[in-house]
Amino acid sequence: MTLDAKIPAGPMAEKWDRHKFDMKLVNPANKRKFTIIVVGTGLAGASAAASLGELGYNVLSFCIQDSPRRAHSIAAQGGINAAKNYQNDGDSIYRLFYDTVKGGDYRSREANVHRLAQVSVNIIDQCVAQGVPFAREYGGLLDNRSFGGAQVSRTFYARGQTGQQLLLGAYQSLMRQVHEKSVKMFARREMLDLVLVDGKARGIIVRNLVTGEIEKYAADAVCLATGGYGTVYYLSTNAVNSNVTAAWRAHKRGALFANPCFTQIHPTCIPVSGDHQSKLTLMSESLRNDGRVWVPKKQGDTRSPEQIPEEERDYYLERKYPSFGNLVPRDVASRNAKQACDDGRGVGESGLAVYLDFKDAIKRIGQDVIKEKYGNLFQMYEKITDENPYEKPMRIYPAIHYTMGGLWVDYNLMSTVPGLHVLGEANFSDHGANRLGASALMQGLADGYFVIPYTIGHYLASTPLPKVTTDHDAFKEAADNVQQRINALLAVKGGRGIREIHRELGRIMWDDVGMARTEESLTRALSRIPKLREEFWHDVSVPGSPDNLNQSLEYAGRVADYLEFAELLALDALERRESCGGHFREESQTPEGEALRDDEHYSYVAAWEFQGVGTRPTLHKEALVFDEVHPTQRSYK
Amino acid sequence: MRLNLKIWRQAGPNAAGRLVDYVADSVSTDMSFLEMLDVVNEDLTKKGEESIAFDSDCREGICGTCSLVINGIPHGPDRGTTVCQLHMRRFKDGETVTIEPWRARAFPVLKDLIVDRSAFDRIIAAGGYVSVNCGGAQDGNAIPISKDIADAAMDSAQCIGCGACVAACKNASAHLFMSAKISQLALLPQGQVERQRRVLSMIEQADAEGFGSCSNEGECEAVCPKEIPISNIALMTREYVKAVLAAK
Repeated sequence: MTLDAKIPAGPMAEKWDRHKFDMKLVNPANKRKFTIIVVGTGLAGASAAASLGELGYNVLSFCIQDSPRRAHSIAAQGGINAAKNYQNDGDSIYRLFYDTVKGGDYRSREANVHRLAQVSVNIIDQCVAQGVPFAREYGGLLDNRSFGGAQVSRTFYARGQTGQQLLLGAYQSLMRQVHEKSVKMFARREMLDLVLVDGKARGIIVRNLVTGEIEKYAADAVCLATGGYGTVYYLSTNAVNSNVTAAWRAHKRGALFANPCFTQIHPTCIPVSGDHQSKLTLMSESLRNDGRVWVPKKQGDTRSPEQIPEEERDYYLERKYPSFGNLVPRDVASRNAKQACDDGRGVGESGLAVYLDFKDAIKRIGQDVIKEKYGNLFQMYEKITDENPYEKPMRIYPAIHYTMGGLWVDYNLMSTVPGLHVLGEANFSDHGANRLGASALMQGLADGYFVIPYTIGHYLASTPLPKVTTDHDAFKEAADNVQQRINALLAVKGGRGIREIHRELGRIMWDDVGMARTEESLTRALSRIPKLREEFWHDVSVPGSPDNLNQSLEYAGRVADYLEFAELLALDALERRESCGGHFREESQTPEGEALRDDEHYSYVAAWEFQGVGTRPTLHKEALVFDEVHPTQRSYK
Repeated sequence: MRLNLKIWRQAGPNAAGRLVDYVADSVSTDMSFLEMLDVVNEDLTKKGEESIAFDSDCREGICGTCSLVINGIPHGPDRGTTVCQLHMRRFKDGETVTIEPWRARAFPVLKDLIVDRSAFDRIIAAGGYVSVNCGGAQDGNAIPISKDIADAAMDSAQCIGCGACVAACKNASAHLFMSAKISQLALLPQGQVERQRRVLSMIEQADAEGFGSCSNEGECEAVCPKEIPISNIALMTREYVKAVLAAK
């Protein structure tokens, strides 16, 4: 299989416009004859379903939640980037494009990123028109802030709830189409298989999570917007129901999975307090502007922080990175926290935390100013930990936050399965090995509002698609396949809890495939994961029946898929013997301990083809060519 | 710490439900309320017994999925907090805690503590939006909006659609939920064109779903995890009266 990214010819800045003209159109009167399935209702899915409905297509929209408004995009706090240059500070489409390629550590596809930067400006206009209450200045114009170390202020925001407001905007547009009957909404449905007819994606099999019924839906094209796979680590900042199942099952039907080892870790989360913990809560990175990160110099120092004198504290970021100090990028801050804890100098009961201390900032600018800047975060911290961060330093620890890898797509967002399109976090295309802050919301909405409405039309108009109904044998085969897996899960009747196994998988992933990876740790993970998978299938307990609402069954299905997917993630990490972005291989670092890319050997997208569970997948490479932004080495000394 | 739990179990929408006793021992004060239930469920699962069904997702208070009535109060004893953000240090060793689903005619129980809130989606579908198709929007800065108006609209827009307001109301009224969306869009210039249509169709839909009317008790405001004030309902009522009069 040769991977053709279908990047349009021509100068970078003209590719998308030319492509829009070159693509075939579907006549307005013919659009309603095409049915499109959209799975997932986060920013990418809701915006896609709404926009396709507006165009006149017949859309079927699916989500696992009780309402499309609850998808996890809702939890994004910070903001959304757009190259509006409203602040007159030198921003441009080219600069946003440049920053995103560089920030992705030169592992993304330039043409896709440029298009993302181009349409970013339209996203803001569309959201404003919908009534999204973005922050405003006194003059009534839109406010911006700088975010994630960007040198320009290009981030639009709605308090700390930007994701929520953007999602509600897309959700409302979606519900409007439901009212207009161009979109049919199917909530509490979980996609469990993709149906291929003549090699093309022509439908899906879902489980109705209320009745347990296995339902079949046919269409002319399928869009997956089912998010990332962060919960393979068990603990993450993702919602507890986020999962890889839809993407993984599409992978098993032939869609290549690209760069699964590119995962992002956020340095300032509230640490784990015990085995019972179900998720990690993120606190804005802005805290590092005034907080100082430290651990005791001595190993196993159990004194409370105020009893540790200044000279016995190690402000390790300030010591190692004198020019950036506490403001080093996410991955550097995270790795150093892990290192301190691995040295036995971690703090708190678990020893898996470092201090973020505001004592000096309070002395310098006063508690009132700190309160004004971070009051809500301090409050949230106190609520969760029962400690007052004005008096006692915060304890923080990194957590999995976003996954850059995903199903491989070409420039048209189509996977290697014709007709199967992949949008938002579920695809791999725009963030390379590291995503910049406030860019996830941008990509989700770009894909849904401004890319897929064009590219899917081209597919539909240029592909012969004979009528297919759910009576086709392929639907029966896929539904039987789903039913068998459900029966198999219920038949194990072992003694181990699903959560317990998921937690164990998470520990393997975090310890061996986490922030710092080595040949040894990855090889170990690759032997531990299949063992755990075997244990799961011999000893898991999935109570209840298949024919009603059964949350244990839902959860078991997702964990079972993670037990297969985790192996691919670890393998991809093992095979990428370089460090880049969020992927840090200890063997590949500069003398100063920074990530060292190997452009000569690894400047490619690793796209994996499924060959069977437990069988080594086949690696296909899409070479990355950088015509515009030339790779350089990052340094924060 | 050890808690005695009385939890509503109901096999399906048409089955009779009842409160069943459970004991949660070794509860840590650091646990969230839902993590405490996770532990109870994990023990049930290991014994091959069906777990207690309850809804949750983001577990950081923003998605609006979690929906438990704890000792008679939707989202439990803390003000301005969803259940997922409620911690066990709020409870005492040996305490008895009753856990029930949202109760309202328009929110039928699906199983145990899970209810069907799709009525809220249908209310939004009836008019809770600005009817603009993607593609033709003017520049975002072409519509200046004063900061005060934008902030007030944002205050209303915070609603997470959890339905606690309905669960707390003796009339099972959806007024706080509806009024938050109606206020947001009535305040903003983008919402003006459909201002009257919107309020009429959303209220009509809420009536059809079986939500009750408002009798100004303010229970909704007291349990709202986002502390959305009932002044939104006053604004909605004004909008409604104006729309009805204008229609005549």
